Amino acid sequence: MPWDRNQMAARAAQELQDGWYVNLGIGIPTLVSNYIPDGVEVTLQSENGMLGMGPFPFEGEEDADLINAGKQTITELPQTAYFDSAQSFAMIRGGKIAMAILGAMEVAENGDLANWMIPGKLVKGMGGAMDLVAGVGRVVVVMDHANKHGQSKVLKQCTLPLTGKAVVDRIITNLGVLDVVEGGLKLVELAEGVTEQDLRDLTEATLVD
Amino acid sequence: MKKVYGSAGDALDGLLQDGMLIAAGGFGLCGIPELLLEAIKDSGVKNLTFASNNAGVDDFGIGVLLQTKQVTKMISSYVGENAEFMRQYLSGELELEFNPQGTLAERMRAGGAGIPGFYTKTGVGTVIAEGKDHRDFNGETYILEEGIFADLAIVKAWKADETGNLVFRKTARNFNAPAATCGKVCVVEVEEIVPTGSLDPDSIHLPGIYVHRIIQGQHEKRIEQRTVRQRETA
Repeated sequence: MPWDRNQMAARAAQELQDGWYVNLGIGIPTLVSNYIPDGVEVTLQSENGMLGMGPFPFEGEEDADLINAGKQTITELPQTAYFDSAQSFAMIRGGKIAMAILGAMEVAENGDLANWMIPGKLVKGMGGAMDLVAGVGRVVVVMDHANKHGQSKVLKQCTLPLTGKAVVDRIITNLGVLDVVEGGLKLVELAEGVTEQDLRDLTEATLVD
Repeated sequence: MKKVYGSAGDALDGLLQDGMLIAAGGFGLCGIPELLLEAIKDSGVKNLTFASNNAGVDDFGIGVLLQTKQVTKMISSYVGENAEFMRQYLSGELELEFNPQGTLAERMRAGGAGIPGFYTKTGVGTVIAEGKDHRDFNGETYILEEGIFADLAIVKAWKADETGNLVFRKTARNFNAPAATCGKVCVVEVEEIVPTGSLDPDSIHLPGIYVHRIIQGQHEKRIEQRTVRQRETA
């Protein structure tokens, strides 16, 4: 059985290391905060200007002045710090954030990432994604291995406009875990019950040993 | 010199011109200068360019100026929440310059700091880099981005004193601080104007030197995505 959204998030949470400052993207990456392993303390950065992002508020305690980068109401923690957008991206661009976990539309075997627009169709913008992939220490992508038409999203070359060139370090999909290495992608792990052939069938990118 | 004005309309009097570049604070609907945007709508000024991270929603924030076709260009990082924006953009009525969010924030900060350009690795190898100067530093490639020097900055803060010293609240600070600095004139709306001397000088987020006009008003402070968790039942 391929991993579901929560299992992918739980697997991505295994990437976190104690003491790290981490930025989680919108969608499945947001779920990662539900699975932070015991004994691992990470500080979540929200690029709209906050370190130490807490959980959603209880009903009736929502604060319009306290949202995450997905515009969702959230809460603060004892260690929370607020700052402006220029400082927020100074710490991102300056390499102070250890890791970003992001969603993607396509990833290529050289680590190219596309996740911000579909020409003529979907024009939303890159938000902070281009800054994150250019600046943080490690970029982990969490996404389905194939799109809803069954076409691979793990490609030799991205077809959509790029968010960053050769920026992805690791890809976690519903089928398993792949690393970007010299010459292509290396299989690290398969989801339980998924065979290597299943994964190869849905992977356009070159797999290397 | 008196900085406190009676209303958003009064505070903008004499500052608005067709075709001007306005830097606006806010992230999504959080910390947006909602009263000043409404007053800009009422003024009827046209052909505006906005440097603002987002474009509001259809009926709130910069969205109200899109409805009235007062905006011809947006410099933004994310506009996904606004259907009217999308319609005007795809039909060619509205020009859009996408900036990565950190690049936009730094362009405002740089403009306010008198820095006309800076190199960043954000966007290298993407459409953002096309036509921009590329330069290598320490073996890595960077692109040149330009500071924003806006004709007017409009921002929202939590509190101001009568000299314009500002305090923001939680994540509503966002683009307000860098936007405030990059305008030739900066007009600020706050929830409360407090007597000069009552703010802790060590806790001022933006000194009043950047602030020219201030108004106090009632804010709707709309929430875009209300998310909550369940209380554990005993």
